[in-house]
Amino acid sequence: MTDNPLESLIKRLSRLPGLGPRSARRAALHLLKNKETTMLPLAEELDHVARTIKTCVECGNLDLTDKCRICYDSRRDATRICVVEDVADLWAMERAGIFSGVYHVLGGTLSALDGRGPKELGIERLVARAANIEEGEVILATSATVDGQTTAHYIGERLERDGMAITRLAHGVPVGGELNYLDDGTLTQAMKARRPL
Amino acid sequence: MPEWSDKALILEMRPHGESNAVVTVLSQSYGRHAGLVHAASSRSKKGMLELGNLVATDWQARLEGQLGTFRMELERSAPAACLDNPLKLAAIASCCALINTGIPEREPHSNLFDTTIALLEIISLSEDDDAWLTYYIRWEAGLLTMLGFGLELERCAVSGTTDELIYVSPRSGCAVSRASVGTFADRMLVLPALLGGAVVTNSEISSGLSLTGHFLGRRVFQLIHQDLPTPRLRLAHLVSRRYNNSIIS
Repeated sequence: MTDNPLESLIKRLSRLPGLGPRSARRAALHLLKNKETTMLPLAEELDHVARTIKTCVECGNLDLTDKCRICYDSRRDATRICVVEDVADLWAMERAGIFSGVYHVLGGTLSALDGRGPKELGIERLVARAANIEEGEVILATSATVDGQTTAHYIGERLERDGMAITRLAHGVPVGGELNYLDDGTLTQAMKARRPL
Repeated sequence: MPEWSDKALILEMRPHGESNAVVTVLSQSYGRHAGLVHAASSRSKKGMLELGNLVATDWQARLEGQLGTFRMELERSAPAACLDNPLKLAAIASCCALINTGIPEREPHSNLFDTTIALLEIISLSEDDDAWLTYYIRWEAGLLTMLGFGLELERCAVSGTTDELIYVSPRSGCAVSRASVGTFADRMLVLPALLGGAVVTNSEISSGLSLTGHFLGRRVFQLIHQDLPTPRLRLAHLVSRRYNNSIIS
């Protein structure tokens, strides 16, 4: 930490995703030039968010309370759990408005390299949640990568039992995608997952 | 300025900074080699840097000993065809992890490259799990040989006979015949027919994986003070589940 608070601010800003030292300097200058309209309200917001936002004890989502709005909502189908890697994935699903069940945020994928095992990902918590559901469905919405699918298969193994359907998202041609521009892997997956018209 | 172009297999990808990654590959002529890939987290490159992918690679550095940078283009993706098969995914991950932790860096291993590419091709195309697992086990036995710890399974270490070889000594890695085993049978590893054993058992795959796993652990990874890589342990676990019996390692 330097003595100069401006230098220190630039250093901190430069560590944010998407910002390097040069853009951090620009952002710091912009903030200083607009103290009243941008800098102070932003500082207040940051302070407020840091104090109030909590991680949901049930699903791992971010919200104002210990149990998030989605987990509290009695209109949502609690027998269907969608497992996602990150809160950003949960937000993407919610933006699409296509799922009325509840979520479980893993916080990453299993990775021996990064020292992330089942404990670090809260898989035990998911198993315990699923054990309370007599008949339901767990939708594994992990990414279509080796790590993502290995994690999905591992969770599938752990949750396998009568009365619990375990599904995963389809892989294939995206909406608006042209075959000509697709990579071989996506085409292979799309061909494998074809269905009658 | 040192540089080369070659075909390579992606073994590992470690994020470096916000958007770059240090990628380790097994190249055909230059062996296990690491390098920096710029903008590795971009949408166009992310899918290409999955382990097990075959890529066309250009490596360049200012000095020979430096990390250098890679430019890559995807040639073939074996894992893409296996995403819905946990056993195949585990085998691909295990194969990459064994190479990445087991072989020294920047030493050419063109035979290993060719056999690994062939193995991944078989894994991705084969419908029959038993068939590709047989190749996988032979590949592990070949890896042991390539690292200088090959198993001697052609004749009995005690009598020299080539008949009825059904055991392997867990210490020497040599075959032992039924007649020579004496009272040590319970301490021996089973030599499956797929590795040249005389008797076809109903747990060929498990026995084969136990055998190669034992010697990889003892002769390769113990020497570098490491356990067998986690993906290899997961493969053993899945095989034991699939074939409903237990595997040592």
